[in-house]
Amino acid sequence: MPTSVSLDVNGRAVTIEVDDPGMPLLYALRDNLELKGPRFGCGLGQCGTCAVLLDGEPVLSCETPLTKVANKKVVTLEGLGSPEQPSPVQRAFIDEQAAQCGYCLNGMIIHATALLAKTKNPTVPEIKKALADNLCRCGTHLRIIRAVQRAARNA
Amino acid sequence: MLDFVSTRRGILKTGGALVVTFALAAKPYSALAQSSAPKKTVASDEVDGFLSIGTDGQVTVYSGKVDLGTGLRTALTQIVAEELDVPIDRVRLIQGDTALTPDQGVTAASLSIQKGGMQIRQAAATARKALAEIAAKRFGVATTELRIEDGMIKGNGMSVSYAGLIGDGTFSLKIDNNAPTKNPATYKVVGKSVARLDIPEKATGRFSFMHDFRVAGMLYGRVVRPLAIGASLESVDESSVSGVPGLLKVVREGNFLGVVATTEWGAIQAARTLKATWSNWEGLPDRAHLWDYVRATRIKSDVVTSNVGDSAKALSDAPKRISATYDFAVQTHGSIGPSCAVVEIKDGRITCWSASQATQSLRRQLAAMMDVPLDDVHCLYIEGSGCYGRNGHEDAAGDAALLSRAMGGRPVRVQWMRADEHGWDPKGPPTLVDLRAGVDAEGRITAWESDFFIPEDGFGPVPLIAATLAAGAPSAPITQPYGHGSPNVMATNSAIPYNLPNIKTVAHLLAETPFRWSWIRSPGRMQNAFANECFVDELAAFIGADPLDLRLGHLKDPRGADLLRRLATLARWKNRPSPRSPAQSDVMVGRGIGFAKDFPSPTYVGAVAEIEVDRRSGEIRVQRFFVVHDCGQIINPDGVRNQIEGNIIQTVSRTLKEEVLFDRSAVTSLHWATYPILTFPEVPDVIIELIDRPTETPSGAGEPAAAVVPAAISNAVFDALGVRLRSVPFTPAKVLAAIEGH
Repeated sequence: MPTSVSLDVNGRAVTIEVDDPGMPLLYALRDNLELKGPRFGCGLGQCGTCAVLLDGEPVLSCETPLTKVANKKVVTLEGLGSPEQPSPVQRAFIDEQAAQCGYCLNGMIIHATALLAKTKNPTVPEIKKALADNLCRCGTHLRIIRAVQRAARNA
Repeated sequence: MLDFVSTRRGILKTGGALVVTFALAAKPYSALAQSSAPKKTVASDEVDGFLSIGTDGQVTVYSGKVDLGTGLRTALTQIVAEELDVPIDRVRLIQGDTALTPDQGVTAASLSIQKGGMQIRQAAATARKALAEIAAKRFGVATTELRIEDGMIKGNGMSVSYAGLIGDGTFSLKIDNNAPTKNPATYKVVGKSVARLDIPEKATGRFSFMHDFRVAGMLYGRVVRPLAIGASLESVDESSVSGVPGLLKVVREGNFLGVVATTEWGAIQAARTLKATWSNWEGLPDRAHLWDYVRATRIKSDVVTSNVGDSAKALSDAPKRISATYDFAVQTHGSIGPSCAVVEIKDGRITCWSASQATQSLRRQLAAMMDVPLDDVHCLYIEGSGCYGRNGHEDAAGDAALLSRAMGGRPVRVQWMRADEHGWDPKGPPTLVDLRAGVDAEGRITAWESDFFIPEDGFGPVPLIAATLAAGAPSAPITQPYGHGSPNVMATNSAIPYNLPNIKTVAHLLAETPFRWSWIRSPGRMQNAFANECFVDELAAFIGADPLDLRLGHLKDPRGADLLRRLATLARWKNRPSPRSPAQSDVMVGRGIGFAKDFPSPTYVGAVAEIEVDRRSGEIRVQRFFVVHDCGQIINPDGVRNQIEGNIIQTVSRTLKEEVLFDRSAVTSLHWATYPILTFPEVPDVIIELIDRPTETPSGAGEPAAAVVPAAISNAVFDALGVRLRSVPFTPAKVLAAIEGH
């Protein structure tokens, strides 16, 4: 039985039809709204690549059911900025060339954005700790750390 | 007088000397002129195979090699922009489309610049030469008096654009291997750290990965794999999923089982809920005795990979001998994004979109599995999550093909779940290496012998899971046939780069290996360089020599020697033997070296690892890596650095942590908690010095750096503790056992 679910995504109120209101937010964002920022990595909350900001806090959308996001503001990677107008953190990632395949970038940028919102000038250990649950297989970690430092400097 | 007429059918024709006539152009294509655009050639000896120039001056490059997240798109764009003297933003790249791009083989082994890029460079050089000759005739000057910039050819007060000469036409030229390429001293784009073209879109969610690809009417599929690798499907209870919203079909073909739904979440729920009964199968070896199993496996053939002097005699004559055995665990690719593909079948023609590193061989495999002519299969590459070898993309494509066929050809998207990926992608095979060496009374190494136990067959297409399962018989993944006639990739680097009077290295090709296997970053190169470079270190310690000094003393190659000297400076290497003097604190530090002159890419790389090891916990912390890297001409220095950093960090992960776990039936390390990889707090610093040799041919960057990592870490642990780690991964338990047994 399809159910209507109302969401606030990237500042826009949207209503989607889903079969299961317990469906994880990730599939609503990717399949119903055709957003490309949040990505499926493991579906188990282990890799971080599906992260979004929920009322400003990073959450893993692969294990966040739609029932838990009612009346909350969802911001995805697209909601932070665009190639034409990247957010300061996105800008720093571009400037540091902090990507190889780029599949994990969503989780990195979402978590870095949340970190810098609370900690203006994080130390390297603080950055590493904040990103510890985000996996990168290509080995771009050092560039990502430099990107977060750069974003902090430019803030 | 000959002149060039620019038309949509414009043709440059050569037969040694350049001959251009409109008549020639009109003749072969007169029939085509009325039809739609002629089929683009994909011939790899034709300029038109690789390049076209539009009426707007846009240069399109058709590359059979694909960007697997390595920055290849940017590097190839630089190569073409440089050779044709056009701005980078006027070059676009089409990659891995079997209808449009020449077959340049699998994108693997860090050969995309060295081989693929050089083919494309030569195509561009041929095009440039032809265009210049036309312009020279038109202007009435010698080609040496022309200037080319920004896609404009100028001379004798006149100018013409490439578009004006060829716009939308075909070159109809064989690639001329004698066409001069630009003098590297004049390079403006190659050799510069041009920013990656894809990062702005990737950092902002606009980039479309394979996982974002959609076609109209697309359905969602998921696979349900056997509980044991070789199990047979006995029964399926379809009523178990009758209530799943959106489910359209349960698809069963032999032992292949999958579901198709209108929504992704519906497909996931159906795959999770579906009740199926599988036979028992316990064909995997006992993991606790894996190396006994490998050693007992039947050897099908031996390949002598190097043979100098008489090693057997020298070894038996040697007054002192040492020997050691090294092993390297089964590992998984572990891409962060899972394998994904979309297949559609229309009028009997199969279209497959995937992130395959090998769209050409995938096309052949799909044609065989689906029993259709090759011409009826079209494979297109779309970038996926980082790809480090033949992982599961081709298999997801096979899955999608079977599911699409079951749905009457409707497009079906298959994305693997994490357990499908960890459980079913082809594995890096277990590798075992025995080494022996002889030393004379003066401490000189007189003999080196080694035996490498590796799977038979090398680089052929890995069998598709869907094809094996659908065939119905209980699958026997151990003995599946691979492609033949290709060099055995796992034997790479089995020969050593050092000059010794007597050497014999032998690859023993095994009839069986526990898993469907494939190449993962630096295949063979890494396992073999691990054994070789550790054993060199063992010899240095045995003789009481400095490990770097010993290598230098046996390296006649000046590029290799230059690199080692630079590495010594970069890492502030202190000349002394290992281990360092025993100050027995709980946490010990050490330094270790690894070196490789790599093949098939003639890249030189040396690395020094600095580590800390905790004697109480057995934990190794890699603090930093110093790397000196010589890959000849560098196309994009920052791109090379990015690849080196990535390969070092990924291989630190593989060396310290990674090992596929399994019972007698299947893989049991099905997610990141049971197959952990390196995380941010564990990542070492990487300090890199690049040696640029603009006049040398570019060779591979990336995998060569990975090859030296395990040995450098093992040698550093020996330097710290005086114990030798000979089994990857270097888990705390193995470190403690090594200390205990010392």
